[in-house]
Amino acid sequence: AKEKERKKERDRKRRRNVARRASSARKQGNELEDRPGREERRGRKKRDKEGKGKGGEDERQEEVKNDTVAKTQKNFSNENTRKLEQKEVEVVGEEDGDTEEKRKNGRSEKGGKKEDNGRGETVEKKQKKKRVETSEEHESSEEEEDEEEKVGEEKPEVLSPEELEKLKEEVDERKKLISTLRGKPWPMRKKLLTLRESHEFVEKYEGALGKGKSRKLYAYKVMMLKKWMKFQRDFENFKTACVPWEMKIKEIESHFGSSVASYFIFLRWMYGINMILFGLTFGLVMVPEALMGRPYGSMPRKTVPRADEANAMDFAVLWDFGGYAQYSVLFYGYYNSQRAIGWLKFRMPLSYFLVGVGTVAYSYMVVIRTMARNANEDGGGDNNSFNFSWKMFTSWDYLIGNPETADNKFASITTSFKEAILEEQESRKDDNIHLTRFLRVLANFLVLCCLAGSGYLIYFVVRRSQKFALEGLESHSWWERNEVNMVMSLLGMFCPMLFDVISALENYHPRIALQWQLGRIFALFLGNLYTFIIALMDEINLKREEEEVLKLNMTIWEASLYNGTLGANSTAPPITVHPADIPRGPCWETMVGQEFVRLIVSDTMTTYITLLIGDFLRAVLVRFLNYCWCWDLEAGFPSYSEFDVSGNVLGLIFNQGMIWMGAFYAPCLPALNVLRLHVSMYLQCWAVMCCNVPQERVFKASGSNNFYMAMLLVILFLSTLPAIYTIVTIPPSFDCGPFSGKSRMFDVIQETLESDFPAWFGKVFSYASNPGLVLPFLLLMVLAIYYLQSTSKSYKQANLELKKKLQTQNEENKKKTKMAALKAAMDLEEAQKARSEAPRQQRKNNASQQSYTGEKNTVTGHLVSSFVFVYPPAPRGHRIPGPLPGNQWQPAPSVQRVPNSQRH
Amino acid sequence: MGNKQTIFTDEQLDAYQDCTFFTRKEILRLHGRYHELAPHLVPMDYTNEPDVTIPLALIVSMPELNENPFRNRIVESFSEDGAGNLSFNDFVDMFSVLSETAPRELKAIYAFKIYDFNVDNFLCKEDLEKTLNKLTREELSPEEVTLVCEKAIEEADLDGDSKLSFADFENMITRAPDFLR
Repeated sequence: AKEKERKKERDRKRRRNVARRASSARKQGNELEDRPGREERRGRKKRDKEGKGKGGEDERQEEVKNDTVAKTQKNFSNENTRKLEQKEVEVVGEEDGDTEEKRKNGRSEKGGKKEDNGRGETVEKKQKKKRVETSEEHESSEEEEDEEEKVGEEKPEVLSPEELEKLKEEVDERKKLISTLRGKPWPMRKKLLTLRESHEFVEKYEGALGKGKSRKLYAYKVMMLKKWMKFQRDFENFKTACVPWEMKIKEIESHFGSSVASYFIFLRWMYGINMILFGLTFGLVMVPEALMGRPYGSMPRKTVPRADEANAMDFAVLWDFGGYAQYSVLFYGYYNSQRAIGWLKFRMPLSYFLVGVGTVAYSYMVVIRTMARNANEDGGGDNNSFNFSWKMFTSWDYLIGNPETADNKFASITTSFKEAILEEQESRKDDNIHLTRFLRVLANFLVLCCLAGSGYLIYFVVRRSQKFALEGLESHSWWERNEVNMVMSLLGMFCPMLFDVISALENYHPRIALQWQLGRIFALFLGNLYTFIIALMDEINLKREEEEVLKLNMTIWEASLYNGTLGANSTAPPITVHPADIPRGPCWETMVGQEFVRLIVSDTMTTYITLLIGDFLRAVLVRFLNYCWCWDLEAGFPSYSEFDVSGNVLGLIFNQGMIWMGAFYAPCLPALNVLRLHVSMYLQCWAVMCCNVPQERVFKASGSNNFYMAMLLVILFLSTLPAIYTIVTIPPSFDCGPFSGKSRMFDVIQETLESDFPAWFGKVFSYASNPGLVLPFLLLMVLAIYYLQSTSKSYKQANLELKKKLQTQNEENKKKTKMAALKAAMDLEEAQKARSEAPRQQRKNNASQQSYTGEKNTVTGHLVSSFVFVYPPAPRGHRIPGPLPGNQWQPAPSVQRVPNSQRH
Repeated sequence: MGNKQTIFTDEQLDAYQDCTFFTRKEILRLHGRYHELAPHLVPMDYTNEPDVTIPLALIVSMPELNENPFRNRIVESFSEDGAGNLSFNDFVDMFSVLSETAPRELKAIYAFKIYDFNVDNFLCKEDLEKTLNKLTREELSPEEVTLVCEKAIEEADLDGDSKLSFADFENMITRAPDFLR
């Protein structure tokens, strides 16, 4: 009786604990209602067991009734769990009967509630864990039961290390399940259920892990992990909320298919990169200079010269980025060479240099990383062995939601199938091939002519503009002043159209044709850009000669000034001349920056104007003139324009190239580009939705993404080349920019090393930059690259080999199965024949010939069984086409065994 | 972040986020779309998980699916009863798998289900013919259809049973450059 009372007390305590736990764990949600009930039930059961042991019959009956009620309340009460519960109850009973347990119990009561609480919890948890598991994984329930018995026999209050380990594994598994649940091909209901159960499980048993002091730490860790997860999720949500223009792009996607949308995604990506470049230049160069540098008008380089002052504020001049715009933070020349500015002692020249380098480095990093990621996603779909299957299963663009686009898509799929069928039926006619070859050569020749012509035109124009510049800009008309930019923009506009016409000659597959087209436009733009740069180089050299002359004149001027003032007032050493009056060098860096900015602006303008005229106006005309025109304008000749993905992407790429090239000399370029991209996002989205029609040949953007990226990388390389060349080889202007007075721009690094770092650092650096060290290092790097490349090549080779093996394997298997089927069929016939003959023979022959018949029977049995075994399971059983020769022939041994057993 | 919504509890939203590739906002938006389809059927309060399904005809009228030649199959293969009635759970599941963040493997599994018209876990010739006719709006001649189907099976069938099992299909489709954009 005493024992019974103690038991009850313990139960009560446990219930209290449960209540406490329940109140503390609010977030457990609806499971909460279930839990105390279960706890209570367990308590009752325990008492019930006990009652049986002690003989309290009346109490027991009552409890049993409650028990059943509780049981029905339970949400998953299948056979398994019920059985298990009974077992559990037994186990608990055993536990209670254990005297040692009692002793410990009493001790722990003395020792303090806390201990008891924790222990009780662990016991409870362990049992519950088992139950949850069994209810979910029916197949493994038997094992679990065994385990449970084991667990029951062990001392439950102290979890053995193995058990802890197991529990931990279990919990980790659950966690993994939770994190990978979204990738499971289950219906949602199952997923949700599993999720809830796993969460319950993890929540319950996480606390049981670890013991003593480490438990607290573990609990803390788990809590922090949970918080971290929550934070991560919130952050993820926030991040997706931050991605701009998502809905706009999705809308376009549904109207025009994924290829047009891919342009806009590319545009957005570009925008992101430019935002970061802009942040760098704006935050580390422009703002510090504007806030802490010397103000406008304090130095010659920061003042508009006297001659230009009159019209420095004119719009025409500002539009050309002259006047006040030229003498502002927007351009290189404005920056002072003062080592440290402001109260922050901001190292301006160093910052300028590092930002220039950082811009390029960051761009390289981003482009290469994106390329690598894209390459990973590609998965290497290189072999062409699934031509028809791919066409069948992957040609539909699941993003299309517009009837017209869908019509076009259907048509293009049909034609592609017809083409493929034709190709399959007759692998190309021979008489055609010469013509196509000739046409293709002709087309390439024409394109080359175009490229050469455009290159020459640009060179000619740039030369002419230099002549004009020498004569003075004022005497020429607007056209003559803006000739270079206009010609470049016009070439960029009309040459692609010409190429388009030429490529019609070639008769390529649209995707290949697109790549050729892109390649040609790329070459055109590149040629133009480089001619422009070469012309610019000429101009730089001119300016530098001018500078030399001016330097000479400067000393004369200074001397004359000094002499003049000396004559008038010999005791006034400070000569005050207004900075606007001091003669200055031509500052070629600013000139380069200005050229690029002008180029960008004119390019932007042309793009927008073409958009408005070529798309919008055309659409309006077609739409409204159609009412009073002789032929159908919408379906006939002018019709509406299509969105030219490749041209637009290339435009974007080249624009970015110019930004990279000019950003060093005009820190305002990224800002300008951000503005441009922002506007073009809205403008082009609008234009596409309002005045373009879906492409006639809608094809998906797949694969070409990396093509664009590769182009971007090439452009990045080619555009940083001239910039780096000028930085490294040409000495900076003597009287403008952050590097004035130095012989080379990168001297700023050395200067910083010498004056800002401790002496040993400079020493180390000088040792490190010693050619004796640098060269071996470079050599090492080259070797590493070579090694990596050769290993990757060998991997590729191995991959290819494996693929080949796989293919031959498959073919062999195919043949084998066919052969086997054929043979089996023949054998079956033979067997039937033999069977029909056998009785006759038996009738004829005596008992002495029985051994022969037995042999015959063996053969028959063998044949029949081989037929039975090979036919159905062989094809289906072949799951993974791994390099396991004849894994489907495993039934073979058993085939031979069967007749043997038949014989005996 | 918009805690004012009363359609789901936070736990539900978290659970959905764990089970799908969507964010909280997207799930709410999905519910909005689901509600739009049948405003009289779908309640605005999902905290007690009402058992509501929307028939196939309404689902395929969504602009996302309306032009898709396989729209009926898509909806059918995601519905729990196989007849095309979608509960909200199935609805979310469908868009989760179709979303761009879903992994290739998952998409391959469901793509197989979609193309498996007669639900026998094999893509046999009839399935392929149906697929092809849907893709081309029956503009190919019967001979051409047979040719293409035979070719496709010949290419992708690894075990020579003249129909495509999931292993064949997966092997073929995961190498396709166009699968998954």
